[in-house]
Amino acid sequence: MDAAVTVTDLVVHRGARRVLHEVGCTVPPGRVTGLLGPSGSGKSTLMRAIVGVQQVRSGSVTVLGRPAGSAELRSRVGYVTQAPSVYADLTVRENVRYFAALYGRGAAAADAAIADVGLADAAGQLVEDLSGGQRGRASLACALVGEPELLVLDEPTVGLDPVLRVELWSRFHALADAGTTLVVSSHVMDEAGRCDRLLLLREGRLLSDSTPAELRSRTGTDDLEEAFLTLVRRTEEVPA
Amino acid sequence: MTTALSPRLTTATAGRVLRQLGHDHRTVAMLLVLPSALLGLLYLVYADVPTPPGQADAFDRIGLTMLGILPFVVMFLVTSIAMLRERTSGTLERLLTTPLSRPDLLLGYGAAFGLAATAQALVTVAVATTGYGLDVAGAVVLVVLIAVVTAVLGVALGLLASAFARSEFQAVQFMPVIVLPQFFLCGLLVPRDQLPDWLQAVSDLLPMTYAVDALQEVGSSTTATGTMWIDIGVVAGAALLALGLAAATLRRRTN
Repeated sequence: MDAAVTVTDLVVHRGARRVLHEVGCTVPPGRVTGLLGPSGSGKSTLMRAIVGVQQVRSGSVTVLGRPAGSAELRSRVGYVTQAPSVYADLTVRENVRYFAALYGRGAAAADAAIADVGLADAAGQLVEDLSGGQRGRASLACALVGEPELLVLDEPTVGLDPVLRVELWSRFHALADAGTTLVVSSHVMDEAGRCDRLLLLREGRLLSDSTPAELRSRTGTDDLEEAFLTLVRRTEEVPA
Repeated sequence: MTTALSPRLTTATAGRVLRQLGHDHRTVAMLLVLPSALLGLLYLVYADVPTPPGQADAFDRIGLTMLGILPFVVMFLVTSIAMLRERTSGTLERLLTTPLSRPDLLLGYGAAFGLAATAQALVTVAVATTGYGLDVAGAVVLVVLIAVVTAVLGVALGLLASAFARSEFQAVQFMPVIVLPQFFLCGLLVPRDQLPDWLQAVSDLLPMTYAVDALQEVGSSTTATGTMWIDIGVVAGAALLALGLAAATLRRRTN
């Protein structure tokens, strides 16, 4: 099957600084692909390039067979930024219904998306009165409501309690089982094991593109945190 | 975002902006009451000033002009802050990844604040003509129309200005930059034919000049004049131009 996302030799500059160095990777369709790496490694920049809002210096990003950011992709790709990007002065329901309208869906779809993220009881509350974790889920509902083929989620589990985090991850897998492609970033390595495929980024370079099992056997450790460190050490021993 | 217009998405966006406004009761109250209150103060300032024979009543002249200037200023400020919030909250970036086009977004804002401006103009004009005895020779409904078109110009310039503001501090300071020169040169303080030639030429290029001229036409003529319609057309055209420029300066890909 064709890759849902193909990134080729992607170079991104921010000001004078190069934040992505000729990154190349693929994202398989209908799977959860984790984008892992420490803060500042370029995860968000890569995600912004995939959804087509990042200025790129060179290289290409192809999403669902089209150049990233094409008009035709905007109803097929959902994007949830790291900071919850919803209207704080609207209720959860008003927020999700607005995004539902943008994707051509009705009020019923909006209510279903709110229930999906576990906010049915808070649907009538203003977003500014919600906790940080609830805001993040409201933001997620605004993307789910469009039923996108590709869902790009930037650190969706930050600040969530462990129970909710597990719930969200099983939701991600349920979406993938139904055919949705997910790209999920995280800076916590214990989430890496929950992904079908792992992209490891560090300082704007791709360290690894593999399954968690491949990564474990390649580095000879069961601990993915340790595996990441091993990869870092190997790349530093052999200067490019 | 595409550039194709969708009335459905424009309406959804206007509805969303109005809902945001609706949750902010104090802002709604201020939008509706503030211009009337300020005009009331102006009415009291001129209450004891004698009108020289053969001249128009000073409050009639200045108050009428204010019916255009006040909504322009208020809508400019409200819109530029609203759009800046859209930018800083990340919702703008998110909208740019949805099927909503840039003109849809800006027209949605224009329609929502245009509606708010209509409510404001109805209240202000009603209070001014009944409460403060503002005399208008022409139809009061034309005063409302001019006030609304001028307010929409304020909305459009506010959307455009917000593209150049990186912070609220900057956005607020665009207000005097955009508003005061237009106010100084519009013919209210000094009749335009008494301005130095070059300043008169500058004032010919400023849309507020035409809004004020249209109001003065309604103030002095019992029937709608052709000059007034041309003035309104110029103000509306300037608003559309500003909206177009705002759409063009809205970048989808940023750094």
